[in-house]
Amino acid sequence: MDSLLKLLKKNARLSNSELGVMLGISEQEVAERIEKLENDGIIKGYNTVINEQAAADCGDLVTAYIELKVSPKAQSGFDEIARTVSQYDEVENVWLMSGGYDLGITIKGTNLMDISLFVAQRLAPLEGVLSTATHFVLKKYKDNGIDLSDKIIDERGLVSP
Amino acid sequence: MIDYSRIINKKTRDMKPSGIRKFFDLAQTMENVIALGVGEPNFQTPWPIRRAAITALERGKTFYTANSGLYNLRQSISEYVKDYAKTEYSPDDEIIVTVGGSEAIDLSIRAIVEPGDEVLIVEPCFVCYKPIVELSGGIPVVVETKAEDDFKLTAKALKEKITEKTKALILPFPNNPTGAIMKKEDLAPIAEVLRDMNIIVLSDEIYSELTYGRKHCSIVEFDSMRERTILINGFSKAFAMTGWRLGFLCAPKELVSQILKIHQYGIMSSPTVSQYAAIEALKNCRSDIDMMVDEYNMRRRFCVHGFNEIGLDCFEPEGAFYVFPCIKSTGLSSQEFCEKLLYTKNVAVVPGDAFGECGEGFIRVSYAYSLEHLKKAIRKIGEFVREIKENG
Repeated sequence: MDSLLKLLKKNARLSNSELGVMLGISEQEVAERIEKLENDGIIKGYNTVINEQAAADCGDLVTAYIELKVSPKAQSGFDEIARTVSQYDEVENVWLMSGGYDLGITIKGTNLMDISLFVAQRLAPLEGVLSTATHFVLKKYKDNGIDLSDKIIDERGLVSP
Repeated sequence: MIDYSRIINKKTRDMKPSGIRKFFDLAQTMENVIALGVGEPNFQTPWPIRRAAITALERGKTFYTANSGLYNLRQSISEYVKDYAKTEYSPDDEIIVTVGGSEAIDLSIRAIVEPGDEVLIVEPCFVCYKPIVELSGGIPVVVETKAEDDFKLTAKALKEKITEKTKALILPFPNNPTGAIMKKEDLAPIAEVLRDMNIIVLSDEIYSELTYGRKHCSIVEFDSMRERTILINGFSKAFAMTGWRLGFLCAPKELVSQILKIHQYGIMSSPTVSQYAAIEALKNCRSDIDMMVDEYNMRRRFCVHGFNEIGLDCFEPEGAFYVFPCIKSTGLSSQEFCEKLLYTKNVAVVPGDAFGECGEGFIRVSYAYSLEHLKKAIRKIGEFVREIKENG
């Protein structure tokens, strides 16, 4: 991966001037390259990784992973149903999978019932959906490459040769 | 009552505790210190290496190995050194697996230095060479490097210090604390000076993987230097394996067979589990080094820029994970600077003179820390420098 992308992927909040210093290029060049990456659709957005388990006001958010078996359409294959599923705000990720099912989806809801209703009322009845299997996330240990465990303590001494 | 003063060897008694130790004790008394003082990577050992150690334990690999180390590991080291230093060492009798680079340094010095021998030590440098030379009865002769030479060893400085009694030259590049490296063109004149002399080079290349923008060049690559060099390296810095205590030395068999005797009597063999882990490191984890080097490189640029911006001149180091900013503009000595900085801003850096007198006027800053940590620390050092310059 491009080194600018690597840096942004780890920390999207670095300023252009900081990025420039670290990459040995000018601030101006950083701005231009980011703009190009955005225009080319390579950078699609900037998210914040939130440890919902620790945040008081979203501690009861429930995440579920849903396996969807669908019958592909003659013309558009899996794309049409995947796009339809993507429309729902509750849906966070939609992936076409190899293996025993076709679409892998993650969704967020405020409680189990919420998600069950969504699957029963919104996903299952969609045309082409053959079956669903819902897995609830119990605990997250690592999210988007970031370790969510307690504060990491630097065990090295303060000063050493 | 027993008289310990008559028990302890005079040379041991005369040994001074390192300047770093002193500073460590001071920092230890404070709370919430933002440290920039460590000489070890902030990465954990890559998981496959840790996994290999666990597997070795599960399989009961808990016995001594051959004195010079597992044959497989020596083979891997041989290939590795051939890759980076373009020089072949036989796994049979030209490689010893040691307890860290430190043991390799200790063994080498003890094997060659006799009372009265002069050993050239390129300063500023890692703290252990001088005391070990003195313990062997040798006379450390300092060869100073200077900021205006980017802290490189020059042939001129070297020649000035060579005498009839010179037995060895300790060549520590990439350098801790300055971050200086010796490029091919810098080493060529050094090799030229040494080529016809009866002087052994101890090339401490523990930071060889951590160079930026170019690959490390070893002195053994030069004509007739292999026969007069003990190459020292290890796993601590390259693979973030400091706590595993594993290093190695490579040298012609005439030297290795002698050095091995000290290792055999003093150590037996290096930790077995660590040796299995090291095989995995060399076989399958070389790409992890690239990832770490990329990270260090960005932080390095960030620090050089940061220090220059707050008014501390900082030359651009091309190796290791230290920057070595000059603090002379504050009017303080290195010790004063570091102590005041610690007391007023809770930031710990290491005074440059802990690495030799010519390090006076500089501080060693390690960038083996997260970017956020570095940012915060440099901001605080900036405040400190401004206050000193305004109020004296």
